[in-house]
Amino acid sequence: MSAEASSHAASGAGAHPAPYRSSKLPDVKLLMWVFLASDTMFFGSLIGTYLAYRERSLVGPFPRDLFDIPLTTVSTFVLLMSSFLMVLSLHALRQNDIGKFRLWTAGVAFFGAIFLGFQVFEFTHFAHAGLSIHQNLFGTTFFILTGTHGVHVTVGVIWLVSLLITSYVRPMKAKDAVYLEIAGLYWHFVDIVWIVIFTVVYLVEFV
Amino acid sequence: MATAQPTVTTRGKIFNRPTWTTGIGSWLTTVDHKRLGLLYICSAFLFMLLAAGEAGLIRLQLLTPTMKIVNPDHFNQLFTMHGVTMVFLAIMPLGIGLANYFVPLQIGARDLAFPRLNAFGYWIYALGGLMIYTSWFLGGAPDVGWFAYAPLTSLSHNPGLGVDFYMFGLFISGIGTTGTAMNLIVTIINMRAPGMTMMRVPVFTWMILIMSFMVIYAFPPLTIAFIEVILDRTFGTLFFVQEAGALPILWQHLFWIFGHPEVYIIILPAFGVISEIIPTFSRKSLFGYPVMILSGILIGFMGAAVWTHHMFTTGLGPVVNTAFSLTSFVIGIPTGIKIFNWLGTMWGGSIRFTTPIIYAIAFLITFTLGGITGIMLAMPTFDAQVHDTYFVVAHFHYVMGGGALLSYLGALYYWFPKMTGRMMSERLGKIAAVITVIGFHGIFFPQHIAGLLGMPRRIQTYPAGIGLELWNALSTMGSWLMGIGLILILINVIHGLTRGKRVGNDPWDARTLEWETSSPPPYYDFEVQPVVNSLDPLWARKHPDAMHVTPPAPDAGAKYDAGGVHIPGQSWYPFLASAAIMFGCYALMYDNFILAIVCGLFFIFTIFGWAFEGVGGHHVHFDGAKEHA
Repeated sequence: MSAEASSHAASGAGAHPAPYRSSKLPDVKLLMWVFLASDTMFFGSLIGTYLAYRERSLVGPFPRDLFDIPLTTVSTFVLLMSSFLMVLSLHALRQNDIGKFRLWTAGVAFFGAIFLGFQVFEFTHFAHAGLSIHQNLFGTTFFILTGTHGVHVTVGVIWLVSLLITSYVRPMKAKDAVYLEIAGLYWHFVDIVWIVIFTVVYLVEFV
Repeated sequence: MATAQPTVTTRGKIFNRPTWTTGIGSWLTTVDHKRLGLLYICSAFLFMLLAAGEAGLIRLQLLTPTMKIVNPDHFNQLFTMHGVTMVFLAIMPLGIGLANYFVPLQIGARDLAFPRLNAFGYWIYALGGLMIYTSWFLGGAPDVGWFAYAPLTSLSHNPGLGVDFYMFGLFISGIGTTGTAMNLIVTIINMRAPGMTMMRVPVFTWMILIMSFMVIYAFPPLTIAFIEVILDRTFGTLFFVQEAGALPILWQHLFWIFGHPEVYIIILPAFGVISEIIPTFSRKSLFGYPVMILSGILIGFMGAAVWTHHMFTTGLGPVVNTAFSLTSFVIGIPTGIKIFNWLGTMWGGSIRFTTPIIYAIAFLITFTLGGITGIMLAMPTFDAQVHDTYFVVAHFHYVMGGGALLSYLGALYYWFPKMTGRMMSERLGKIAAVITVIGFHGIFFPQHIAGLLGMPRRIQTYPAGIGLELWNALSTMGSWLMGIGLILILINVIHGLTRGKRVGNDPWDARTLEWETSSPPPYYDFEVQPVVNSLDPLWARKHPDAMHVTPPAPDAGAKYDAGGVHIPGQSWYPFLASAAIMFGCYALMYDNFILAIVCGLFFIFTIFGWAFEGVGGHHVHFDGAKEHA
């Protein structure tokens, strides 16, 4: 081995083979799985707080006065369908079909935005009915839990729109699919969390 | 061998990637795991000195009955800051710093998987820690204990800013710890050298892997707890407002669901360090390597199922207390297995009594004593008697100080030659070790007795004539002795840095890969990708007969370097993102929401800058090939 080293910028390094890895999972994907594991505990603690304080509010309004199950069912359905579009978008990118990829990704972001719209509507409606984070424990725990979920959806929408814009700025190929895939993992996770929240927070009130 | 790091400029979209290799800019923008490891280790030692100073003042106040050195308010602030600093800013970052430096070297990698995330983890930890310390000058430090039980932290009970500093500072440094733990998991799973199966990974790296998994499941509940208090204090939510029906015990659950795994987060890297030191200086492979790993994993799982033993006296009922008492007994089993494996490793070995193994032996004795009092405290009936007394203080200092601190001091001596290329004085090292260990037991052994006599924790004084004078005086004198020991260690570090004997790659005749590269390692860590076909690969290369393996040829890994060694580019964004978060927290603390929004927008800008600048950097080739585009 010669101790003499030469070096060059990594940018023009198209000819370089990928460095050795001891597992088949790409680094970014593994990082996303580990992050989601951690985020599960994050939401778990918030949902735990909600459940610990359930039916402990001293003054109204109470959940059963406010929840509108048909309305929230519609927004839940929209969010679930966005996950379906996410799968189509990833499939399109893997097939190098950039047109379809852009269409479906825009669809995911749009459906996410609709869900957020429903949430804004719901929050305003509840606020008019007298619920706030200062009103009672239900207000505090409900707004912080669903609000945190809403922030997650917002981050997801911004992420997908950024990927969409990037695809116009620089070419996006099937080999970049892993970056869409991790966004997708995140998106599906946020969806699953909503299903838990919808069940534990909304539906349980009417059992 | 080590060539100077070349400067290869990459044009950035907003500003060029920094390329300094020396000076303050190189440290602010570094993504090199060795530099970040050194930053972690140095910052952690600095915080440790501050915490030791706080402890010194506490002990001085308790030297004799009814002393008046610090008033009760300051005493509350001192023990709070001592605990917070030692746990969050000193001992845990010390383990993470050692992991940063040595995990890639032990597994034959050139860096962590996400170098910029690593830099972000360090800066947010350091800035968060600094932020907490600015509280001394901005209206008083937090005074609610390191556990900050609700409703002590509510705005009505505690209107000052101290609690805000605690919540915001620990919240943001916790983000850094979680990020670094994720990074370490990906690194250890994905970047092991060819041939290094999971059961050939050095024990230190294994313990870091388990610790990292514990961090990612234990920190989110704490983060939520911090957020809930921050929202209560800043935006008027009702999470811990009893008048609205809230349950203050929720804080205790969230805190200890984090807090007990935290004990193992602190101690597992220490177990790893001991598992490196003892085989090296016993010249014998670790006894029961697979059992060591499995008991570590068992600790990782069980650590999540014992938190309520911190809450035996809160009235959760006999069923809960019994269940958690049982799990607390069970977690003693894997820990006991480890102790016996270390003894088994030393048994029949040819032990060289160097400074690191003196610390390791002191660790074994001290930690076992702490474990025995731990088993005592796991009995709810006994716990109810000594709860909130100095017996508990003595117990957890034997575990955290005697367990973690002593083994990290051993690690300092063990890895100092690798980090600096120079040796510390062995003679001074042994003297300092003996003084430190005697001082340590001098402080904490008498506290067992003071506790059994009924001396309560967290009270700034005690009356004369109830039998506490002797034990407190002994304890304070022990703190002076340990102080002398720590000063001698500092002198030894300075002596080692300036006049220490220069050493080669492997001064201890050690066993793992980090000793195969030069001391200190070059910026690319390994010239040739290491290839491994057994446990203790360096020992196998030196003694193939004893290990019954044929070590791979020294250049067997060259084919993996066909693309050159990728050196990631330096970046401003991790530092800028951390600074944006810190200033945003200051703004929220002072209710300046406009500044907070500006900081938030700047943070979003840094995230986009971070994402779009890419990894960057350059490739290094050692085959003499010319630069190519």
